[in-house]
Amino acid sequence: MAISLVARAGAIAAISALALTACSTGGTDAPGASGDCAPSDGPVTLTFTSWLPGVEEAVAIWNEENPDVQVEVQTGPNGNGGTYQNFFNQLAAGNAPDLGQIEFDAMPNFRVQDGLENIAACEGILAAEDQFVPWTWSQVTFGEEDAVYAIPQDTGPMAMFYRADLFEEAGIPVPTTWEEYEAAAVQIREQGGYINNFSQSDINAFAGLVWQAGGEWFSNDADGWTVDLTGAETTQVAEYWQGLIDNDLVAVYPPWTDEWNAAYNSSELWTWVSAVWGANTIASGAPDTAGNWAVAPMPQWEAGASAAGNWGGSTTAVLKGSDHPYEAAQFALWLNTDADALTAMNRTANIYPATIEGANLPVFGEGVEFYGGQKIYEVFAEAGNNVDPNFTWGPTMTQVYNDVADGFSGAVSGSGTLLDALTAGQDATIAALKAASIPVKE
Amino acid sequence: MTVSTETRALRTQGLKKPARDGGIRESAVSRTVAMAVMIVATLYFLTPLWWLLVASTKTREDFTTTNPLWFADFALFDNIAALVTYRDGVFLQWLGNSALYAGVGALLATLIAAMAGYAIAKYTFRGRETLFNVILGGVLVPATALALPLFLLFSQAGATNTIWAVLLPSLVSPFGVYLSRIYAAASVPDEIIEAARIDGAGEVRTFFTVATRLMAPALVTIFLFQFVAIWNNFFLPLIMLRDESLFPVTLGLYVWNTQVSQIPDIRALVVIGSLLSIIPLIVTFLALQRFWQSGLANGGLK
Repeated sequence: MAISLVARAGAIAAISALALTACSTGGTDAPGASGDCAPSDGPVTLTFTSWLPGVEEAVAIWNEENPDVQVEVQTGPNGNGGTYQNFFNQLAAGNAPDLGQIEFDAMPNFRVQDGLENIAACEGILAAEDQFVPWTWSQVTFGEEDAVYAIPQDTGPMAMFYRADLFEEAGIPVPTTWEEYEAAAVQIREQGGYINNFSQSDINAFAGLVWQAGGEWFSNDADGWTVDLTGAETTQVAEYWQGLIDNDLVAVYPPWTDEWNAAYNSSELWTWVSAVWGANTIASGAPDTAGNWAVAPMPQWEAGASAAGNWGGSTTAVLKGSDHPYEAAQFALWLNTDADALTAMNRTANIYPATIEGANLPVFGEGVEFYGGQKIYEVFAEAGNNVDPNFTWGPTMTQVYNDVADGFSGAVSGSGTLLDALTAGQDATIAALKAASIPVKE
Repeated sequence: MTVSTETRALRTQGLKKPARDGGIRESAVSRTVAMAVMIVATLYFLTPLWWLLVASTKTREDFTTTNPLWFADFALFDNIAALVTYRDGVFLQWLGNSALYAGVGALLATLIAAMAGYAIAKYTFRGRETLFNVILGGVLVPATALALPLFLLFSQAGATNTIWAVLLPSLVSPFGVYLSRIYAAASVPDEIIEAARIDGAGEVRTFFTVATRLMAPALVTIFLFQFVAIWNNFFLPLIMLRDESLFPVTLGLYVWNTQVSQIPDIRALVVIGSLLSIIPLIVTFLALQRFWQSGLANGGLK
């Protein structure tokens, strides 16, 4: 009960904030346009909840250099695995941590429920925009003026992992457009393999494909949210993959399972259109294929284009009610821009930084053995710059993922289509927004 | 020896049931069908355990590349070594935490339940049945439904993210009170209590020296139930705890499992960790088997 009341109040507060972009301070106690983000007196201890493995190493560097601002790491399962719910519980109880890891797709949910501090007034935050890959910055400002709700941490630019050896042996050209991809799929099927596996439960991966095609599932303005899970671009992407499924040109193993790994390891699957962090997934799941993989940009809808999608990535947000927003903001900025911190987080958790400079870290300049020595991160850096900055996530993404995934699972087993699932997801999403008293435009 | 009609009825049922079952001759067909059903059910329940056992012995490479239900290169001890050294041996700490929460929690919960059940069974006071019915109502409330209100309460007290946040709620066992009452009524004769009083023992001493011994089989059962419930409790620690060093093993493994997409190698640790985490449960069950099995049988036949 308490939660839904908070949600409702938050939704109304957030929407009115959106309506009053020019003069709003975004809330009574938020350090908004009045510039009241001042350093605290005396030593400060910040709590920071993150599920990034080994983030303590990066934090230790900060604690060493800043004896007066100590950061205490707390942990938990990944966001949708329980930590987001914990954040909302803690916000309701008034004891949220100062800082929390929040993925891009969950940011609007926290914004709408008024769970984030606006740190734009804190020293150096607005000026930091130039340091970040452009699309990530619009994700943390929601397009509001004088507003920054988090510092981007990592991203998941997408590209195509492919079996260079198999393509060469079979004499099939590596596809650069989705049309060529389908043609290659037919040829690969004749060889007994599949070009790809359609991931029925990773709706955010599918969203990455829609993102690349220029689709926009959500948008908002003063009058409320617009939900468009069935727009022209989404329909195009859905029908394309539906065709591959119907003609048995892609496998439909449940992703992240042993049989899925085994299919890659046994050379049954030839490509994976995935995010930068997928590099480790393949290396770990298909060890027998080491040295045979390569990375190329995603296939394009128009020949010669260079659009890329994004799958994953998170931010470090200052949560509502923090007693030390100034110090929290400084730490968040340092954690996600300092070369040593980024290197440490890459080493322990394979994160791919959201800063432009991050792509130039020594670790990303090296050739990767598993990929035949190719400097694969150059491809991803390029992809990161080609991600459309206008894509917006909705405030109830967990629900969207669940509802659409139900339909996708049906579609791969022959009942209904991907588009049916998206249509059902559209209705369910509008119902969910209304249930949370979030204004929807239909 | 007098017993209440309520318990006599219970006993008669307990006596009748085996006699009736034994008296009926099953046909060979129905016996075969029953056996087949049981064998299928057994396989169904044991296959995941078998998979877990097999998977735990494999190297990371063999894990995805070999038959999931049969052994490959034996690397069990390497895996265990990797598990207990990962992140400075935090897994061992989790095991210790689980042992603390489940051991101490179950012990105290048993004590409290035994005292409450004994009191309700043996003392007459106003509102006794109402009290008992309220406690019985507690059996119907799932622990998960209480987790969030508990979190808000503990937040008010500033006690989230502490040992107490997990331990205190574990001390309550409505089912234990229920079982204690039934058992105390059946196995602790009023005459013995009166004899103890005449001999000069106070109520507390009577309870600890006389009643608990007579109730021992029920207490072991309550302890086991509560131990397993706390060991497997996941939702409460998930909501209450932030500090990795306080996690019980269930929560710790779950957290690791959600990190698999970032660090695929953790998967092997989750598997071996799962295997190790069920061993204490099996050991506890086997060690206490003698007590609770004889307890159940005595209850039915005495």
